[in-house]
This record gives sequence, C-alpha cells and structure tokens, in this order.
Amino acid sequence: MDDSRHWPLYEVFVRARGGLDHKHVGSLHAADERMAVEHARDLYTRRQEGVSIWVVPSKAITASDPGETESLFEPARDKIYRHPTFYDIPDEVKTL
Amino acid sequence: MSAAAADSEALFRYVLRLGDLSLVLGQRLGEWVGHAPALEEDLGLANIALDLIGQARLLLSYAGEIEGRGRSEDDIAYHREQGEYLNPVLAEQPNGDFGQTIVRQVLIDAYQLELYERMAASSDERLAAIAAKSVKETRYHLRYSGSWLVRLGDGTEQSHALAQAALGRLWPYTVELFAEDDLDRAMADGGVAPRLAEVHAAWTVRLDELLGQATLKRPGDRAHSWHGKRGQHSEHLGYILAEMQYLQRAYPGARW
Repeated sequence: MDDSRHWPLYEVFVRARGGLDHKHVGSLHAADERMAVEHARDLYTRRQEGVSIWVVPSKAITASDPGETESLFEPARDKIYRHPTFYDIPDEVKTL
Repeated sequence: MSAAAADSEALFRYVLRLGDLSLVLGQRLGEWVGHAPALEEDLGLANIALDLIGQARLLLSYAGEIEGRGRSEDDIAYHREQGEYLNPVLAEQPNGDFGQTIVRQVLIDAYQLELYERMAASSDERLAAIAAKSVKETRYHLRYSGSWLVRLGDGTEQSHALAQAALGRLWPYTVELFAEDDLDRAMADGGVAPRLAEVHAAWTVRLDELLGQATLKRPGDRAHSWHGKRGQHSEHLGYILAEMQYLQRAYPGARW
C-alpha cells in the first residue's frame, strides 16, 4: 500500500443541509468504504459543506454512452410543451 | 507569594502543558504537508494538525490571561525558549515513517480523548468549555489514527513490522503522560483536571482494544527519564521551535 493509485476510486455525494439532496461533489481514492468516508470528510466537508456523506465505488456506476448523446438527448430539444411554461402564475405564488 | 498567586501560577503552568502538547504535535503533523503517501492523507493529517493548533490557540490565550502580563497566544508560542515549553516529550518525537507518525498519534489521541472527556466537567469553566469543544475533534483524530493503526498492524508483514517497531520506540515516552507530579496532583485536588491514574486506566483499556485489533503487542512499561512537563526536553524540540519561531524572532510582531 505504498501508493494510492492502487486504491479503488470512489464517487462522493454530500448533503449540504437537512432536506436537500445529496449532490455529487467529486471523487477520491481509498482502500475501502470506511476509509472513503473518512477521506471524503477530510476532502469535501472541511469548510462546513455538509451534514451527510455518501460514497459509491466508481465502478458501480453505469454511465450513458457519450456516443449516443444525439439519440438519447436531442429528441427532447424541440418538445418545449414538456416544460410547464404555458401557465399564468398568480402573483401570490412565490415559488413553484 | 500569596496563596492566590501560587494557585494562578500553577494553573498557568498546567494550561501550558495542555497547550504545548497540542501546539508541538500540530507543528509536527504539519511537516507532512506535501509529503504524505497520498493526497487524501496529506489533507487528513493537515486537518488534524489545524485542529491541534486551534486547541493550542485557545489554551495559550487562556494561559496568557491567567498570567496577567498581557502576553498573547502568539507571544507565548513564539517567544518562549525550549525550557519554558511544558509538553510531554512524546509530542516532539520525529515523524519517522508514516507508521511511526500514526503510532505517536494514536498514543496521544487516546490520551487527549480520555483527558478531555473528563475535563469537560472541570471546576475551571474555561477549561471545561475548551475540553468540551476539543473532545469532538479528538474523537475524530482517534478514529483516523486508530483505523490506520489497525490497517498497518493487521496489514502486510512489512507494515506490521514497522508499526510494531514504532510502538516499541515510542512506548517508553507514554510513561511521562501519566507520571503524576505535584502540579498534576494539585489540579486534580482542585477538580480542575481528572486524576491521571484514572485517565491512565481508561487509556490502557482503549489502547489494548486497538492493539488487539491491530495484532500488535503492547511493550512493557519502563522507567523513564523524560521530564518535558517540567521543561526538560529531548534534542528534537529545539529544531521544531527554530523552524516554528523563526519568522517572529527575525521580524518581531510581524503580521499577515
């Protein structure tokens, strides 16, 4: 264990406050899950960024194929009716 | 000297012991910045170092107030000689390899944890508050160092051998942590600090559990001749102070 390059990669998710979602903040190397949580605490929450940490082995994540970007995402581009932008919003409603 | 003056002189020296332990250990850990075996450990060690420096700031500021001669935390940290430093010599021992740093850290983290947990009920309100704040940090420090101790001890043949060697080298210095002298006794009598015998017993239980998990053998206690708590230090402290104090000695009163 003389070199962290031999350690597997983990993705780190941090919940900033109660009620918010965990958000992806970055990745790190660690020998196992426990060390990954400790490293995440030291790397990503040292300026009070969060109240909860998730770590996930990067290899457990299945990603979409960048080569399929066109077929996956472009069809949504011209379907603006899927956005709820055609309603009149009463002034009293501050947030939706 | 009046009784009140003698009391405040004793409290001053006792608070220096606590503060100097954190300051010197924090300075030592800071030497790892840029040199740790992994970027993640670099930050981990630096975080612990900064926690310790933070504790030292609270304690040395308080010492300055007790002394009542207008000395600030910086005056006390940067303008004292080696013989006026009252940390146990374990804190100033060299980093050595990563294993040696971890062993030193475990020994001191467990000591500070048992000490602060009890000191949170100190008759001295200020020390009680500092202890209550520090105990949360220290719990994490021991979690970090303890889990590394188990990884190294229960790791490869080489990591086990290095951790065991470091334990053998540093163990004799732990005797000083628990060697009660008149000052420790006076603080315990006044309810300012816990009895060191009680801290020692709890520390031993904690250490035995960790060493068991790490498959490391506890060395036997040996008679010691270290008296850092009275200002008699090993050869290492002078070099630490030379580096730490250089700027303030060369440019007294320099500020950011």
